[in-house]
Parts: sequence; structure tokens; C-alpha cells
Amino acid sequence: MTIQSCVTIINEWDIVAARQLGRNVAKELGFGTVDQARITTAISELARNIYLYAGKGQICIDKLYENGKPGVKISAIDSGPGISDIRQVMEDGFSTSGGLGAGLPGVKRLMDQFAIESIPGDGTQIIATKWLR
Amino acid sequence: MRIPILKLYNCLLVSIQWELDDQTALQFQEDLLQKIHETGANGVVIDLTSIDFIDSFIAKVLGDVIDMSNLMGAKVVITGIQPAVAITLIELGIGLTNVLTAIDLEKGLEKLQQELGE
Repeated sequence: MTIQSCVTIINEWDIVAARQLGRNVAKELGFGTVDQARITTAISELARNIYLYAGKGQICIDKLYENGKPGVKISAIDSGPGISDIRQVMEDGFSTSGGLGAGLPGVKRLMDQFAIESIPGDGTQIIATKWLR
Repeated sequence: MRIPILKLYNCLLVSIQWELDDQTALQFQEDLLQKIHETGANGVVIDLTSIDFIDSFIAKVLGDVIDMSNLMGAKVVITGIQPAVAITLIELGIGLTNVLTAIDLEKGLEKLQQELGE
């Protein structure tokens, strides 16, 4: 069973809206303050990537229930330029925008599951999930 | 909305009370440097007690403003980092090494006075 809500990311304010949505969902599901911070931070990183690199995209937050265990699924979907070398963007410290290069490898560490698919010229889809322990 | 910067003797005090969006963070960077310039303050305490998450962008803005303040001759101490913030920052891979920190505002001011040798 999934219940989904989405935020369209076009400007910097949408990044704030996406992470507030994620924090509220995490809180509702009973995540503690540390996991709420992990989920909020992960959403912020993914939303900023859409804003910086794709220009436009969507962050969707799903409430998941698997064997009675709740979880939060973050989907970051854009139809931007895509990523030609996924291994490179998953390296700590790699950035093409003058940032810290902490984004994607950081999100992977903050969440329990992480999957990235990207087709150059077509777009990127990242799905990250955190389960309530 | 702008983050208020208070002057206390030779120091500036900043308490960030709400969630930072990108524009507010960048505006704060400029405002703080301008205030250091205007007041000749040689120390700054930035209190983050009310902040419940910091992403890599905010961390970069904070790290940069600390380096910029140092360039101008003002030392910066960060105080009140919450457990959840410390955990997520390290997991993100951001250590904010070489940044002076203290557990709360009071200890931060003490640390600043020590650093300034006063």
C-alpha cells in the first residue's frame, strides 16, 4: 500500500516545500528526530540537484507499509540532461557546481535503500527509502 | 526574512531561529560580513540550537562565511549543534573541520574570549 504526495521543483522555495512535506510524513509515521533529520536532509539534497542540474522535476514522498513496517520512499524524477557517469557522481567530493560534492553519496548513506537510473539526454530517477526501525 | 545580528561589546551574536532557505542563507552571509566591517567586531558566535537539519548547501554557506570572516580578521564559533544535525552532517561526509564549536552560547562566548586572548 502506498500513499503519495508530490512537489514540483522549479525554484529554491520548492526545495523548502519538499523537505517540509518529507519531514511531516516522517513525523506522522513515527520516525525519531535523527531519522527525521536524515530524511529531510536527503530530500533537500535531491531537490537541490533537480533545481541545479535539471531545472525542473518532481519530488514524491510515499508512505510505505511492508509486513506492517512503515517506511518513507523519496522519488526524485526529472527529465534533465541526465548523468553520463553514475560512478563518478557517487564518489565523495565530486561536484560540477562548486558544491561540496556530498549530495548523492551522502543521500545513500543517510537512507536505507538507494537506486539511481539515468539516461543521458532523457533524465534521472532516484529512489531512496528509509524504514522505521 | 533577514537573520538579526546583535552586537555585544567586541562580538557579534547570531541565533538562527528558523529553517534556512537558500536566499536567507546567502543574505546572511553578506549581512554578517557587512556587520563585521561596520562594527569592527573581532569575534562572532552563531547559535544553531533551533536548527534541526543542515544540508550540504547550508553547510557550504556556513563554512564559507566562517572562512570569509576569518579573512576579515574575525573569529567565528558555532554553538548548539543538535545531535540529529551532528549525525546527519557526518553521514553526509561534512566534518566542518577547523571550525570552532561549543556546546551552547555561554560556552561559545567563553571560547571566543579565550581565542581572542582577552
